[in-house]
Amino acid sequence: MDTIFAQATAPGRAGVAIIRVSGEQAFDISQNFCKIPTNSKSCLRSLRDRDDNLIDRALVLKFDRGASFTGEDVIEFHVHGGLATVSKLMSELSFFSNCRLAEPGEFTRRALSNGCLDLNQVEALSDLIDAETEAQRRQAIKVLDGSFSDAGDSWRRDLLRGTALLEASIDFSDEEIPDNLHVEVADLVEGVGSSISEVLSRSKVASKIRSGFTVAIVGAPNVGKSTLLNNIAGRQAAITSDVAGTTRDVLEIRVDLKGLPVTFLDTAGLRETDEKIENLGITMAYKRASEADLRIFLVSSFDEDLKIPASSDDLVVLNKSDCRNGIELSVSGKTGDGVPKLLELISNRFKNRTVEDFVAIRQRQLDGLQAALASLKETSSFLSHRPAPFELAAQELYFAVSSLDFVFGKVDIESILDEIFSNFCLGK
Amino acid sequence: MKYSQTFVWENRGVFHVKHFDVLVVGGGHAGTEAIHAACRYGLSAALVTLDRSKIGVMSCNPAIGGLGKGHLVREIDALGGIMGVAADASGIQFRLLNRSKGPAVQGPRTQSDRNLYLMEVQRLLGKQSYNLIEGEVTALLQDGASVSGVRLMDGTEIKSRTVILTAGTFMRGTVHIGDKRVSAGRMGERAADELSVQMEALGASFGRLKTGTPPRLNGDTIDWAGLEMQAADTDAVMLSFMSEKPRVEQVDCGITHTNAKTHDIIRENLNRSAMYGGHIEGVGPRYCPSIEDKITRFSSKDSHQIFLEPEGLKSKSVYPNGISTSLPEDVQGQYVRSILGLERVEILQPGYAIEYDFLNPKGLSSDLESGILEGLFLAGQINGTTGYEEAAAQGLVAAVGVAKKLRDVSEIRFDRSTSYIGVMIDDLITRGASEPYRMFTSRAEFRLKLRADNADQRLTDSGWESGCVPAARYSAYLKKMELLSRCKSALDEMAVSPNEARKAGIELGLDGRRRSGHELLAIPTVSFHNLVRLDGSLAGFSTATQTQVSHEALYATYIQRQRHEIKALERDLDVLLPSSFDYHAVAGLSFEMRTKLSDAQPESLGKAKNIEGITPAALTAVLLAVKSFNFKKAI
Repeated sequence: MDTIFAQATAPGRAGVAIIRVSGEQAFDISQNFCKIPTNSKSCLRSLRDRDDNLIDRALVLKFDRGASFTGEDVIEFHVHGGLATVSKLMSELSFFSNCRLAEPGEFTRRALSNGCLDLNQVEALSDLIDAETEAQRRQAIKVLDGSFSDAGDSWRRDLLRGTALLEASIDFSDEEIPDNLHVEVADLVEGVGSSISEVLSRSKVASKIRSGFTVAIVGAPNVGKSTLLNNIAGRQAAITSDVAGTTRDVLEIRVDLKGLPVTFLDTAGLRETDEKIENLGITMAYKRASEADLRIFLVSSFDEDLKIPASSDDLVVLNKSDCRNGIELSVSGKTGDGVPKLLELISNRFKNRTVEDFVAIRQRQLDGLQAALASLKETSSFLSHRPAPFELAAQELYFAVSSLDFVFGKVDIESILDEIFSNFCLGK
Repeated sequence: MKYSQTFVWENRGVFHVKHFDVLVVGGGHAGTEAIHAACRYGLSAALVTLDRSKIGVMSCNPAIGGLGKGHLVREIDALGGIMGVAADASGIQFRLLNRSKGPAVQGPRTQSDRNLYLMEVQRLLGKQSYNLIEGEVTALLQDGASVSGVRLMDGTEIKSRTVILTAGTFMRGTVHIGDKRVSAGRMGERAADELSVQMEALGASFGRLKTGTPPRLNGDTIDWAGLEMQAADTDAVMLSFMSEKPRVEQVDCGITHTNAKTHDIIRENLNRSAMYGGHIEGVGPRYCPSIEDKITRFSSKDSHQIFLEPEGLKSKSVYPNGISTSLPEDVQGQYVRSILGLERVEILQPGYAIEYDFLNPKGLSSDLESGILEGLFLAGQINGTTGYEEAAAQGLVAAVGVAKKLRDVSEIRFDRSTSYIGVMIDDLITRGASEPYRMFTSRAEFRLKLRADNADQRLTDSGWESGCVPAARYSAYLKKMELLSRCKSALDEMAVSPNEARKAGIELGLDGRRRSGHELLAIPTVSFHNLVRLDGSLAGFSTATQTQVSHEALYATYIQRQRHEIKALERDLDVLLPSSFDYHAVAGLSFEMRTKLSDAQPESLGKAKNIEGITPAALTAVLLAVKSFNFKKAI
């Protein structure tokens, strides 16, 4: 197999750039530039080209096969991050036969084929690299450390045992087989089912950490919703005026709220009107507000009709606090009075929902777990019949196992791989 | 009506007139099924056997069918084969296994009168036109890389374009009783050793397998009075679609158990057992352990069940199913007489273990043609299987393969989603055999569809087109299908409201939706009787038709879902693996995976997936390697 290389850090001018070389000949090739470290230590070295001219002074790191990211021999050159330095070193590298620039995602692919990562870990790695907020990073690192795959292995083990017991009851029924094996099967199925549904409910919240939470600001026309949005955004994102019905479309701004990605929605004021376009905006406001993870009802008085059913986490906030004195839960978009407190409240509510344990994030994982859970419920229900239709219970159990296979990388592998590797950019 | 003549060929020397299409070697269950099918195709055929009186003999337990095995018999029957017919003619105790479980996992089984079975097989063969030759095959004749016939012990050469070898346990067969060892193919019959040696010279690499039998008991000396008895089913389910009811008297089996004393005797003499004394290297089946194995491996169990199965209506021989052994004769006598009901029993023939050569079936084509010589087909125990039914099915597959090769008849597709035969062939040629291979329903991932009751619906049409299904068989099938389709359209036309359904005893939510008869039958608690209460005219359909329609409705939704799985399977199958692919060069495969894949050389990713122990990670690595292999080839 070819030895591959690529820049591991972002392209462009920087203090330091890292060039990673991986493959059977990584050590031999690197030997041509400098003396590589004897053990897995980092050393400062002078890199020289074919004509013995100095390229750069660089930190050189050596990773032996089995102890590197790809599972192969790896050398990392940490050079000064000038464009010319990087391109000089790369062109020197490509001079060697069987040594070439890596394809997109090729380092990760090698890690996958060498058994250093499984599919879920590859996805998590992609998430980790894409992570924008602290919560996203924590979640990705948890999947990357393998706890998700460990759970999958234990589910599969239990279900395979359950299947084996059922099959024994079917295929060896004319021999001396205990006639209560289905009891243990029911227990196993129950156990895996509740463990999966626990992960699923955690995951529902967790997927928000990845995709972000939404908060809708709703209320009557002209209560100051757009002004509040502008204050949160820290800029003039929405047009404001004292004319009722100024906001028609739904406006979105995305902010990092103490590590959580949150999108705030500014919506049209809720009122009865004959104006066609405003009405479209109001319909949209109802829809988006009810779908949001949390609603801020901005009101002029606490006994106002909210028009949309409020859930327990929702916040009802008095407007124009600059004109009121000392009332809790009141804000002013104009002066910013009460806004930090409001944001603190929102982030606490979301933090309470987030979890510290591993979860499933990708749609592929969620679909697979949900399908597996549905099959397990069917299995349980068949097993509770008397006489139990063993062949149907076994069939549902097979469906469950193959749904899990789908999550943990067994069937339909090709399309998943294509999807993953097309999401990867060079050199990661 | 075809007039035919079967004759014993006794002259010596080269037979220079006849050049057969196919020569079947061996007259066991694989051989008889193969020769009969060859005749149905109208091929000029000959059967070579050591002893013509032993054609169709049941050398192990006197039963046909069971779970998975009953399915195989029905499939053979659906293609015009003889095993089901012979079993029904000789059946003395019909029992449908798993009667209380769903129809997909029910397996018809019968105990047969050993002598009646053999006579029926010989009678059925007698109606066909082929040449019967008594003799021992000592060598295969070659014409370049192709087989061209066989040579007999006396030097006679018989020419044939193809050969189906069904040598059973005769290839270097060795019988073990304690430390006594005899070269034999069956108890008291000559083994065939020269053939193994020649085939090895041609590049065949044999493995050794082992199987065992229990001592045969004299039924007159068994004290039946104190034993639990098991009767035949009162409504017998037959093995062949063509039979209606048992032809001979039905008998009971006795049930007894081993006890602590039995176990003590066996334990004390374990070192005298051929298996435990180190005389046997062959691998035995885990699901059919000897009594020595049972006691050693399951030492906490203080009793094992034994079925006492009469071997025939007139025979006094009884087969004690569950205590096969390779202990010396005197120990067999001691432990057997420690068992309830057998205190004074006389042993007619001691139990023995038999070791024999088999060829790993991994190299075979899906028609069971061997890679050793073109035109050489292998079927039965030589391919590492065990069981009459597995052998017979292979004999049939090989004969279809021969007909395809010589006559270009249309193909009968045996694949995993349409038949148990397909499951077995695929298992054998992709996974090989590491222990004697036996069919189970759990081997069939599409078993809700592959039922004993619809084997004809799955196979008879293509068998008819191909030319191995006789006209009488086919017209009976068409009649069944006609009735089925009339009944199905009657159910289609039903539009039952929940209120009407409730009056007929069907619990339904009042959702206002009208349902067809099929939809109602798909509800597990609904039976055809409920439908008859809704529409009296349905009572006009026979019980067989009613049952068939009910079975289909019960699994309809599952079969629909499985159809998606079948599609996914086919998609996987599409990724082809190069035949010379070097798995040792695939990065990230463990040594175990490399060895398994190199040995199997699967044709496709789908087949690689089916290899035992191959992990998802290994498949991914293979897929990536193959893609880059193809990519490099493309540049």
